[in-house]
Amino acid sequence: MTAPDRPLLRVEDLQVHFPIKRGVFFDRTVGHVRAVDGVSLSIDRGTTYGLVGESGCGKSTLGRAVLRLVEPTAGRVEFDGTDVAALGGETLRRMRRRMQMVFQDPLGSLDPRQDVESLLSEPLRAHGLGGGKAGIAARIRELLDAVGLPAAALRRYPHEFSGGQRQRIGIARAIALEPDLLIADEPVSALDVSVQAQVVNLLEEIQERLGLTYLVIAHDLAVVRHISDVVGVMYLGSLVEQAPSDVLYDEPLHPYTRALMSAVPVPDPVVEERRERILLAGDLPSPADPPSGCRFHTRCPWRQETRCADEAPVLRELAPGHLVSCHWAEEIRDGVLRPRSPEEALHATAPSAEGPRPVEEDDGIFLGRDRPVPRQEQA
Amino acid sequence: MTIESLPPGSSPPGSSPPGSWPDGDAHRTDVPVLEVDDLTVTFTRRGEQATRAVDGISFSVTPGETIGLVGESGCGKSVTSLAVMGLLPRRGVRIGGSVRFDGQELVGADQRRLRALRGADMAMVFQDPLSSLNPVVPIGTQVTEVLLEHRGMSRREAADEATRLLDRVGIPDPTRRLKEYPHQLSGGMRQRALIAMALACSPRLLIADEPTTALDVTIQAQILELLRELVVDSGTALVMITHDLGVVAGLCDRVHVMYAGKIIETADRHELFARPRQPYTGGLLASVPRLDAGRGVPLTPIRGSARDAIPWAEGCAFAPRCDNAQDDCLTEVAGSTVPLEYDGPGRELRCRHPLEHPSVGAGATAAGAAR
Ligand SMILES: Nc1ncnc2c1ncn2[C@@H]1O[C@H](COP(=O)(O)OP(=O)(O)O)[C@@H](O)[C@H]1O
Ligand SMILES: Nc1ncnc2c1ncn2[C@@H]1O[C@H](COP(=O)(O)OP(=O)(O)O)[C@@H](O)[C@H]1O
Ligand code: SF4
Ligand code: SF4
Ligand SMILES: [Mg+2]
Ligand SMILES: [Mg+2]
Repeated sequence: MTAPDRPLLRVEDLQVHFPIKRGVFFDRTVGHVRAVDGVSLSIDRGTTYGLVGESGCGKSTLGRAVLRLVEPTAGRVEFDGTDVAALGGETLRRMRRRMQMVFQDPLGSLDPRQDVESLLSEPLRAHGLGGGKAGIAARIRELLDAVGLPAAALRRYPHEFSGGQRQRIGIARAIALEPDLLIADEPVSALDVSVQAQVVNLLEEIQERLGLTYLVIAHDLAVVRHISDVVGVMYLGSLVEQAPSDVLYDEPLHPYTRALMSAVPVPDPVVEERRERILLAGDLPSPADPPSGCRFHTRCPWRQETRCADEAPVLRELAPGHLVSCHWAEEIRDGVLRPRSPEEALHATAPSAEGPRPVEEDDGIFLGRDRPVPRQEQA
Repeated sequence: MTIESLPPGSSPPGSSPPGSWPDGDAHRTDVPVLEVDDLTVTFTRRGEQATRAVDGISFSVTPGETIGLVGESGCGKSVTSLAVMGLLPRRGVRIGGSVRFDGQELVGADQRRLRALRGADMAMVFQDPLSSLNPVVPIGTQVTEVLLEHRGMSRREAADEATRLLDRVGIPDPTRRLKEYPHQLSGGMRQRALIAMALACSPRLLIADEPTTALDVTIQAQILELLRELVVDSGTALVMITHDLGVVAGLCDRVHVMYAGKIIETADRHELFARPRQPYTGGLLASVPRLDAGRGVPLTPIRGSARDAIPWAEGCAFAPRCDNAQDDCLTEVAGSTVPLEYDGPGRELRCRHPLEHPSVGAGATAAGAAR
């Protein structure tokens, strides 16, 4: 039984913590990497949810936890109304068939010793699908056709293909079992731009044709904007903002989203000259020891003296479908609060009443808004 | 003054929107720091067919100018930069043409002179800073060594200067960081350390080969800002090598687009993005999703991949992927391969059937022009 208006995937307060082991036998747990630390999201049937954020923020771990390739520490993953954690053995296997993954590096995920025919027939055989030799052969031809590879590809091995063609093989393999959900982890980031567009278009075309639901994980915001209906922005294991794609890009509310978007270069010199950049301080803090309060407060140009450092913001709905996790989102949206300038940031006192909290990777110097470059009239 | 005699980097009146970068103007002269002329690099590994990775490339950079070399992987960007720096192995590599730094020929120059230049006047930043930092030597020692060797400082002075440099590139707590080894720093931090080493001798030429490709966008923004500062403050001539058209749009004065070892189009960045003439350039621009374009704006990919290039001797290497291709794009018909030719002020083009732009005048967007 499927209920068409129920989200296909629902993730509730998902946590994945990896133990950090030390000692001669790596037998002492000295802490935990909080790779995913309480994420909730849901994806409607036939839509694409894009997950963005800097490397190390937990995107891949979240995708893997959905597929139960890694066991969640806490929380719930519900696929088509079923709690995935409750499944085991045959039922888990059947559920996995309906959720497939496309990886960044198809070479790493395709067995180099198998030719394309064997790569594509393997999943069919394993699940007893395709209906005999002739059926499987027909299905494979259909798959090749769907991803735009010639029949001659069947006898060739992964290394004989270009990156884009390998990604097509990866996609063919992922859709071989007619899944409902496709999790694509950085599906185009290893590809050249001209080829990226081919694969993006292919993913969109296949989604339309097969009515697939996508979770697309990528660090490239432009790709994600292009492909997604809803976008979630992750920072240090948590979702900081979520909104319909166009809304998020037109009016980002969370300071991190704003900084992220202002940092993405646009291939247009006119736009590049006019834009203001919000430069962030330093690198991502360690997910093993995330900052107190708002996790972004060590780098946030809008950080306030109160609340930011000692009170964790929750994800709130500011407009229909637009969720933000920032204490000051309204004030930032309305322009009441301004990002601090680099000078102010340098001389700002510690925000917390308990005294300054030492932050490993905090630079200090890039904090705040970039000064606009003065323009000179052309003689 | 005729339009043709305008110095490089300035644009002919009315051809591009006002407001080109003021960057480095104070340092600008017309005298190139680096002149690369008809550079060829051929790999001749024994038992294998010789491959020509760089096939007759010419470009120049003046002080305070930033030029971009763009193209997809394998088009010869890194090999070009290594050849310029004299970093290619001598064995199994044939280099032709000329590379002049300050008028002095570098091709065939002896290693000792190259090494002296590399430390002091020309520097290079790579995509992977780990490969160019010594893993067993603390960052501080690596920076101070450059200063000791090329700026003749005392140990004491060099240590102070190293701290100052690390601070300048935004490495927090520099005194502590100086004692750390490369692996103890994050990727962004390592790249900044490498830039600090490049800054150590205020090089007149910096070649940056995909310096931000492995980094997150927020870190990329920091690094690009540093490079801009370097160009403005020191008048360094910057050669930016990248596959990212967004980076080019924000950083480079002049852009050379490469394909299969050759430059196929050269233009001022405003011109290039507003009016790409080479079908490959146009195709690249139509392929990239833009952050400021709405959802559902279709992408128009180039078909095939760079692997489909045919040898230039047989015609235009891009022909198998080109929508404008006609018979005369192949040498059997045309007699010789497609030459790089003058295509208006500041522009050069290698194409027999270029894209036309009827809406000449400011405001034509790249996306509109390319699609
Ligand atoms: N198997 C693992 N064991 C320990 N730590 C891990 C493991 N997988 C990922 N991590 C850590 O979890 C964090 C999130 O990683 P990941 O999900 O890969 O991020 P992203 O995909 O956003 O780059 C990182 O700090 C990473 O080092
Ligand atoms: N050491 C080498 N031996 C043989 N071929 C090489 C070597 N280094 C690079 N090449 C070839 O030269 C071409 C250009 O490479 P490269 O300059 O690295 O491209 P890019 O930097 O534009 O991605 C590629 O086809 C590559 O395979
Ligand atoms: S809660 Fe405070 S520190 Fe966090 S994003 Fe909002 S303003 Fe910045
Ligand atoms: S020369 Fe011919 S094949 Fe080459 S880019 Fe121009 S039109 Fe296309
Ligand atoms: Mg990942
Ligand atoms: Mg390269």
